[in-house]
Amino acid sequence: MTIDDTTPKMRWWDRLAHPGQFMIWTAYLIWPLVILTGLLMVLGLYYAFFNSPADYQMGDTVRIMYVHVPTAWLSQFVYGAMAVSALGTLVWRHPMADVSMKAAAPLGAAFTAMALFTGSMWGRPTWGTFWEWDGRMTSTLILLFIYLGIVALWRAFDDQLRAARVIAIFTLVGAVNVPIIKFSVDWWSTLHQPASVFRPDGPTMPGSLLTPLFLMFFAFTFLFVTLQLVAMRTEVRRRRIATLERKAAQGASA
Amino acid sequence: MTTGQTRSQLFVEIEHLACGRGENVLVRDLSLRLEAGNGLLLRGPNGSGKSTLLLTLAGLLPPISGKIGFPGHDAETGPVLHYCGHRNGIRPRLTVAETLSFWAAINGAYGLTTAEALAKVGLAKAAKLDAGYLSAGQQRRLALARLLVSPRPLWLLDEPTAALDTQGHELVAGLIAEHLAQGGLAIIATHDDIAVPSLSTLTLGGTA
Amino acid sequence: MSGFLATLRRELRLSMSGSGEILTLLLFFIITGALVPFAVGPDKELLARIAPGIVWIAAFLSMLIGLEKLFRPDRDDGTLALYRLADLPLSAIIAAKVIAHWLTSALPLIIASPFLALILAMDVPTFWRTILSLLLGTPALAAFGTFGAAITVAIRRGGLLAPILIAPLCVPVLIFGVGAIAPMGGPDQASAALLFLAALSLISVSLSPFAAALAVDWGEE
Repeated sequence: MTIDDTTPKMRWWDRLAHPGQFMIWTAYLIWPLVILTGLLMVLGLYYAFFNSPADYQMGDTVRIMYVHVPTAWLSQFVYGAMAVSALGTLVWRHPMADVSMKAAAPLGAAFTAMALFTGSMWGRPTWGTFWEWDGRMTSTLILLFIYLGIVALWRAFDDQLRAARVIAIFTLVGAVNVPIIKFSVDWWSTLHQPASVFRPDGPTMPGSLLTPLFLMFFAFTFLFVTLQLVAMRTEVRRRRIATLERKAAQGASA
Repeated sequence: MTTGQTRSQLFVEIEHLACGRGENVLVRDLSLRLEAGNGLLLRGPNGSGKSTLLLTLAGLLPPISGKIGFPGHDAETGPVLHYCGHRNGIRPRLTVAETLSFWAAINGAYGLTTAEALAKVGLAKAAKLDAGYLSAGQQRRLALARLLVSPRPLWLLDEPTAALDTQGHELVAGLIAEHLAQGGLAIIATHDDIAVPSLSTLTLGGTA
Repeated sequence: MSGFLATLRRELRLSMSGSGEILTLLLFFIITGALVPFAVGPDKELLARIAPGIVWIAAFLSMLIGLEKLFRPDRDDGTLALYRLADLPLSAIIAAKVIAHWLTSALPLIIASPFLALILAMDVPTFWRTILSLLLGTPALAAFGTFGAAITVAIRRGGLLAPILIAPLCVPVLIFGVGAIAPMGGPDQASAALLFLAALSLISVSLSPFAAALAVDWGEE
């Protein structure tokens, strides 16, 4: 006599969706991701500092590019991740989508700030000033303002679930606007600086520069993924604590 | 929309409804069915979820789980319900008549005319007055007049008799009775007694 | 249509009913612009060069401070809940609000701009370009502003949050707005900027009522 197990197995989509399931399987991911990120960072930095040539024009300061370019790319990628999470909240009603959106915002702001900071550090020996209103830096600055506005929005709402849908609309409207902003800022900077400004990521990239660059790209991307997962888990825990506290308060008054 | 026949096919169907604010569940697993011509009184202590339930039924708050349906309602004829909450939505510096005709304009002026509705709630003399000068009771009457200029099958009323005197109580009871007699439905949250036949009662508990 | 016009009429009546909102706005606009010479010095050449930017910034800031009146009074007295239950779609009601907001915030500024142009040493051809640029660009500011106000309507003290949120989104309007007035690249550039400005206004005015209606529905209690 056989006993058939007819419980439906959870599809991978459900595993992703349910907070409890999410916590369980991401627990296994954290440490491997941390190690991978650390390895990539160490490798990338080694190549960046010791195993790649200095630029003939800029000297050793070109090495800042290995941090600046990945963080600049991440500042845009994280917004893309936030926009996809926003779609997940509104269109597919995925339960973890709003957690993902909330976790990504401060991370995106941090990477954008880092991109601006490293860009500024690079600019000092290259342009002579810490800040130059060129198209790229200006667009990144505006992106930072948008990120910080979203972080402020999350903090301003009491009910985080209600906040999620409202912030999702704002994120999507922002996503549509970002290309328009970039276009207008580029138009504006050519208006005011007819002479070509040195572009921070250089004209062509010889192969020896590519290896450390790719390594750092991957290192930073995995850094984001790791931090994002940790932040999402923290948010799930935070909400659980809030629910427990509320239940305790209700029980205390019975 | 205005014939009794259309309304008598409508009923309110609530299945396993749980509603609340945010994570706070106030009403669990409510199932009921309300037929045309009938009304429901919601009773319960403060904080038991009467207002939240009305807001959820009105569609102003999302339900936590469960279903709310209005089978028999033809969406082409317009929204199915009127909601009358604690706040009256009355702005000073507009006259009483202007306020009412504005609501008639955006809700559909298929019912009583502005003048008739104002007369019915006893505000005929105040028609040209600035609505900011009305007393609390008069503002409540104006809010009720809004229900008369645009007929809709379901009335959701949250403390309709608040701030009203005895005459006002009678007015509310009369309006509800008339509405039910024409085949409408009403769900009323109140601490007072409303003297209308064919009103059943649902008492919401306190903490679960 | 009658519901839409009724909403427009009501919004206009409420804004112009003697509470001094429009006057306050005008004063803010003029004073903001008038402060600049105190800060940068009264050198006529300098002022004339930066005048288009000053006028636009003053208009920008003035339209941002008027955002609270769009939804907060409605939310406080329960009207917003009733709007959500009306027969007229919420997006139509909000579209009427956008138009009323433009009529009571932007139009007065445009009418008052000659005074500002005078004290900022703007010459006449530049002034006419300024008027055109403001006419084409302020609808976008009104549309974005209404969207920002709708996002923050459910926040208790979200007063300064709406301007912060929409300021980055309005940067293109500012760029093209000023670019249409003081073209360093010649008249072709000015007309290009005007076209972009008009496109921004058209798109934002037509889409923001829908986005704002979603934000109000999902944010409101």
